[in-house]
Amino acid sequence: MMIPLADLVTILPELIVVSVACLLLVLDPITPSNKKDLLAWMSVATLGICFIMTAGSMGDRVFAFSDLVVVDGYASFWKLLLYVVSGMTILLSIGYLKEERIDLAEFYGFVLLSLTGMMIMVSGADLLVIYLGIELMSISLYIMAGFKRFEARSIESSAKYFILGAFSSGLLLYGISLIFGAAGSTRLVEIAAAVEARGLDDSLILIALMLVIVGFGFKVAAVPFHMWTPDVYQGAPTSVTAFMAVASKAASFGAFLRVMLEGFGGMKPNWNGLILGVCILTLILGNLVAIVQTNVKRMLAYSSIAHAGYALIGLVVAGWVGTGVSAKGVSSMMLYLAVYSFMTLGAFSIVAILRRGGNEGEDLDDFTGLAKRHKGAAFLMLLFMVSLAGIPPTAGFIGKFYLFMAAVNAGLTWLAVVGLIFAAVSAFYYLRVVMVMYMREPSPDQENETRLALSPTATVVLALAAAGVVLFGLYPWPLVSLTATASLP
Amino acid sequence: MGTFVFLYFAAVIVMAASLVVALRNPIYSALSLLVMFFHVAGLYVTLHAEFLAAIQIIVYAGAILVLYLFVVMLLNVKRDERYNQQGTVALFLGVVLLTEAVLLAVSRGVTVATPDPGPEGTARAVGNTESIGEVLYSTYLFPFEIASLILLVAMIGAVILSKKGIMESQ
Repeated sequence: MMIPLADLVTILPELIVVSVACLLLVLDPITPSNKKDLLAWMSVATLGICFIMTAGSMGDRVFAFSDLVVVDGYASFWKLLLYVVSGMTILLSIGYLKEERIDLAEFYGFVLLSLTGMMIMVSGADLLVIYLGIELMSISLYIMAGFKRFEARSIESSAKYFILGAFSSGLLLYGISLIFGAAGSTRLVEIAAAVEARGLDDSLILIALMLVIVGFGFKVAAVPFHMWTPDVYQGAPTSVTAFMAVASKAASFGAFLRVMLEGFGGMKPNWNGLILGVCILTLILGNLVAIVQTNVKRMLAYSSIAHAGYALIGLVVAGWVGTGVSAKGVSSMMLYLAVYSFMTLGAFSIVAILRRGGNEGEDLDDFTGLAKRHKGAAFLMLLFMVSLAGIPPTAGFIGKFYLFMAAVNAGLTWLAVVGLIFAAVSAFYYLRVVMVMYMREPSPDQENETRLALSPTATVVLALAAAGVVLFGLYPWPLVSLTATASLP
Repeated sequence: MGTFVFLYFAAVIVMAASLVVALRNPIYSALSLLVMFFHVAGLYVTLHAEFLAAIQIIVYAGAILVLYLFVVMLLNVKRDERYNQQGTVALFLGVVLLTEAVLLAVSRGVTVATPDPGPEGTARAVGNTESIGEVLYSTYLFPFEIASLILLVAMIGAVILSKKGIMESQ
């Protein structure tokens, strides 16, 4: 049997990423330990090549492998974002892994394998393919979360993530099997046809829809399926946490949106109420619980839950019945997640490079008086916090602005108001970090204890993240037009 | 003949399943479970679901049961008395299940619409194992390859997380 060459060309970026990942695993043992950085650079270079390839073929809608895989503008947008995020994660990890004494080149292999899973997710046109993509992504992440295997917290994080992740995969798979029973196929196109024909009457499809929403709810960490997030994010190595909070969330949202719109698009009135409920619960719980956190990593975990709530506003708008609002909802959510990636990665990078003795400086106390000791790091943290709170002229404001505008255009003004209220609430806990950094005097003993483990590559990551936050805040049009053209119809 | 074969398999399944819960020694329980799995597989063969029968033996008897046995033998549980106080729970669940069975028996008249089996359902001529293999290597080649990638990742991950002496700081 022959595989058509055209199909292979369509998934060439995926093939390249997988091959390099396997090559890394093979090269690791035969590389002298002082040359291991080369392997990291090799993976970054791979991502660069894939970025150019995906950007070059942007716009066409190509199906491959008997219509199981689709490469369109929407998939390409997420892939471009994922390349950038993965590249930044690898660059951050070069110094961080050495600091934590876990510098194995396998780590970069797992980043690339996880990235492959995410790429498959966002360009899957079939629930089976999307599910397998999720599994590939998740299993790599379970391993990466437990990379500090001599530390109980990291193992706990990995085990918790594994058990709850397996459980949520089970629910999702159950939903998929019910859909297969109802529609006779797992392809999104045929599911859409079955939904069109008898979606509202078929209780099987309704139950399956619910299970699919629960399964994806786990993956994007939406309330009430968020329980795993704080512990997992706190225990995992910080560069992994950043990768999970940003890349896996973006990819899950990408696949979620496609399934809901292309598969279940015919029954929007059935699911937009559910998503609306989840969205509001997520906004409330994420923001309120973040207030009481004294550990910055845990606070950022709750903040990432809250941001999932904002992104869900985009999905609610996309599911609202009305002319032209759907595409607006999709593109505003894409814009939001792109912006969120830069600011969250930046904030986690600061946590990763701030050291207290042999550990990470992740307590709020470790940030006390940071402005007096490390002006640059404190200023960047200020920038990311302000952006996360959504204050102009940062990118966070632009993201929230387009999201709320989309909600208002769809006639959901009250939802935009709710989002705005919780953005104000979130300013409290973000700006508390700023307050602690700038308004408090460092205690004398801390001055000796906390230091900045700033590697040259981490500087590049911070510069990229800061540039993203500032540039997209002042001049967002390229990103806005990109999301508008890449949006699902 | 067919009825006789069915009755044999059904009787052994019920008997083995009862032994699983009745026997005091966990290893005997696990072994009766094995007997039950084999006879369920036999039942599948009589229904011409050879692929399902093979999967039943490979996955349940081959993988899951071996895991059970490993745990039982590693922990060296000879007799377990902890599960003898579950009378009320058992009674409650028994009543629920019995009600469900009665309800099902009463509402037999209601038919559930079976979905259209699709074009794959008609390709019965070559036997179901062959047709599954054929679909797996043609239409569903892509997901099949991803599944192999997932197994690779899981394997490497198990080594990374458990092998001694691959990180200096230990």
